[in-house]
Amino acid sequence: MFENLSYLALQHYWWAIVALLGSLLVFLMFVQGGQTLIYVLGKSETERKVLVNALGRKWDLTFTTLVTFGGAAFASFPLFYATSFGGAYWVWMLILFAFIVQAVSYEYRSKANNFLGQRTYDVFLFVNGLLATVLLGTAVATFFTGSEFYVDPFNRSHWETPFGGLELAFNFGRGQTYLNLSLGLAVFFLARTLAILYFMNNVDDDTILGRARKKLPANAIPFVVFFLIFVIGILLSKGFAYDPVTRKVFMEPYKYLHNLIQMPVVGIIFLLGVVAVLFGIYRAWFHFDKCSRKAIWISGIGTILTVFGLFLMAGYNHTAFYPSVYDLQSSLTIENASSSKYTLIAMSYVSLLVPFVVAYIWYAWKSMNKTRITTKEMEEDDHAY
Amino acid sequence: MNGVDIALVDWSRAQFALTAMYHWIFVPLTLGLSFIIAIMETIYVKTGDEEWKKITKFWMTLFGINFAIGVATGIILEFEFGTNWSNYSWFVGDIFGAPLAIEGIMAFFLESTFIAIMFFGWNKVSKKFHLASSWLVAIGSNLSALWILVANGWMQNPVGMVFNPETARNEMLDFWALLFSPTAINKFLHVISSGYVLAAVFVVGVSSWFLLKKRKIQFAQRSILVAAVFGLISSIYLILTGDESARQIYKVQPMKFASMEGLYEGEQNAPLVAIGIMKKAPTPENPKADEFAFKIEIPNFLSYMAALDPNAFVPGINDMINGNEQWGIMSYYDKIEKGKVAIGALRDFKEAKDKGNKTKADAALKDFKENYAYFGYGYYDDPHDLIPNVPITFYSFHIMVILGMHFMILFIVVLVFLYKDRLKNMRWLQYVALWTIPLVYLAQQAGWVVAELGRQPWVVQDLMPTLSAVSNIDKSSVIITFWLFALTFTVLLIAEIKIMLTQIVKESKNEGGQ
Repeated sequence: MFENLSYLALQHYWWAIVALLGSLLVFLMFVQGGQTLIYVLGKSETERKVLVNALGRKWDLTFTTLVTFGGAAFASFPLFYATSFGGAYWVWMLILFAFIVQAVSYEYRSKANNFLGQRTYDVFLFVNGLLATVLLGTAVATFFTGSEFYVDPFNRSHWETPFGGLELAFNFGRGQTYLNLSLGLAVFFLARTLAILYFMNNVDDDTILGRARKKLPANAIPFVVFFLIFVIGILLSKGFAYDPVTRKVFMEPYKYLHNLIQMPVVGIIFLLGVVAVLFGIYRAWFHFDKCSRKAIWISGIGTILTVFGLFLMAGYNHTAFYPSVYDLQSSLTIENASSSKYTLIAMSYVSLLVPFVVAYIWYAWKSMNKTRITTKEMEEDDHAY
Repeated sequence: MNGVDIALVDWSRAQFALTAMYHWIFVPLTLGLSFIIAIMETIYVKTGDEEWKKITKFWMTLFGINFAIGVATGIILEFEFGTNWSNYSWFVGDIFGAPLAIEGIMAFFLESTFIAIMFFGWNKVSKKFHLASSWLVAIGSNLSALWILVANGWMQNPVGMVFNPETARNEMLDFWALLFSPTAINKFLHVISSGYVLAAVFVVGVSSWFLLKKRKIQFAQRSILVAAVFGLISSIYLILTGDESARQIYKVQPMKFASMEGLYEGEQNAPLVAIGIMKKAPTPENPKADEFAFKIEIPNFLSYMAALDPNAFVPGINDMINGNEQWGIMSYYDKIEKGKVAIGALRDFKEAKDKGNKTKADAALKDFKENYAYFGYGYYDDPHDLIPNVPITFYSFHIMVILGMHFMILFIVVLVFLYKDRLKNMRWLQYVALWTIPLVYLAQQAGWVVAELGRQPWVVQDLMPTLSAVSNIDKSSVIITFWLFALTFTVLLIAEIKIMLTQIVKESKNEGGQ
């Protein structure tokens, strides 16, 4: 079945899979957003326990999606994996540290004799929520703004700054840094917004939900502002295009705007996504009693569509998805960074499992969410975090 | 190799080894305990006996504490392939990436989805759905081991691929050859059964502590029964797969095989050194020096282990360095020459291609293909740099084997005395079982040291040396992250042990059981 597809079609297919995993990851980062709200929304120990446990039943799913995103990127676009991870060393290391400390914190925070004390584990959760969202958002922004690296004739990549990628977030002398950080902060506030909507769906406690509702605009508005800065910034700037025949990379004015217009399906996905995110927030904010439980699904699906559209905008329509501003011709495209045709075909068969995986996750999630989390349940559950 | 910072290579190796060794403290317990828990819960569902539910929940608590830190150390390993071994990621990413992605899609989601039900679903889903979830967690965690070990097996014995000189990387030719490579299959079976043995020793050891304290006797004896039966079956399987591993290594990694036995001069009817103390290794100046201060040998057994033939010739380290015409072994000196031809031919091919000189490119490509099997050797000048650390490999191998036997005997003895209802009064045996817990962790680490140190200097056998796989980053960055990891993992390990010990003591004092 996949054997009949051209190499180029397979490269497009795999970029879509990576985009889908990336967009699922951004949605599931409501867990990270929620971790930064534990002390904002929970004023007593029991309230915080409710919030932590609401998130604690999903954290592993977010974690697994990140791991699978990394694995899929490695398998389908190994030159990207080698260049970005080996080059932006410190950015990835900070993200990884944030995830190491997260993984143990849920399980260990309320256990007796846990060595570091519950507060420390809660700080770990906050650090993970802050760093993972801001840095992952910043890293994704570089798909549009570029990094400084060089790929030699033997396809070995060399990062051309001594800062291991930290310059992408902290080199304030470069205009693109502000765009990178805008997306980082947009993801951070989006994650918090989604977390509030998730709590509305998952927690049965009027006091917590009252606070959550109050905090919704304080997170949704900054999200919209930073997101608009980023989107307008990239749509109006030059983009990294390549000639499909000569494969030469060149700067094209309004490239990403052109991509939206020239790929109307992508444009529609992106716009639909943005509208859905905003609509979910609007319903939860203004029609709380009627719609607050459903809002996470509307905004969640909207998030997936928006990020999916962004990824396709970065990689399709002869666009270099991981551009180099140090050496334009070293920029990575879905054509020059991908695995061989054979590997993409083999992996495509594996990708057929994805709907099955989504189905059982959905089923398990539904079975567990039949009843919402309450303070009473926290007192009775002997495995509560 | 010119231009490579050896300190960077060493620190990168140290960081990977640190992460892998920490990770492997937790993973084998996850692999085995998940099945032991599933078996215990099955007994609960079948019998309806609440005591079995309590037993299941107790081991599940310890499983959760261990699982969290296993996940934390695991994510680093995957991403370190990119962060610290980026040249490797490109050179073999076309092959190596696929198992990692499949691991995520097939195994990790299964594990992470159903683990939430396993821990929190007792009152939310039916008994049978909960039981199915526990089994799916066990299957998921073991499936994840399959894919990463397929990837590791490929590094030890690269099959099913071809080198593409245009892209300067290896590309997959046959997915099934990769998946069903005898090295990969055997590695998977050996490693997971070692995890089962570790978990069984853990359960038997902790339960023996209950017996020593004379607390919850029935609870402890039931746990021991399940774990020791599971452990005995697994340990027999462990020994069988270990035996098969030896033959695989003899075939595809003869240098590792010779190092495991400290064998410098090859021979027919080679004896196995059952126990030995090494002294200073032979040097090029004094290659005939006796490498052992003391040894007990089993005649012919090494030849038999290698090829199921007591007369088989087992090459020693010197046979591989200097070559051995009688047995058709090419010297490392010749392999280095051929490797240098392959590296030069690849460069010539690229240059000729860029200049559009097809004749020259074709000639270079022909030279390259003829010598590619020795590509990695071309990075070296001195064959002695291609010998792994023999004493560490030797001792690790022997520690692993001797302890493997000990575990099997322990399970048999424990089961016999449990059957005779005498175990609860045998304090010496309870102490032995308890103190076997650190030994089983030692055996696990020793096994991986044999596998990974014994294959040095290769990251991909014969094709890619470790020093050419490393990312071109600043050494000081790696030094900083090494110490950060060391500190973080150590702190988390202390936390894990403290929490676990507290939970064990708490359970032993819990009034609910018998």
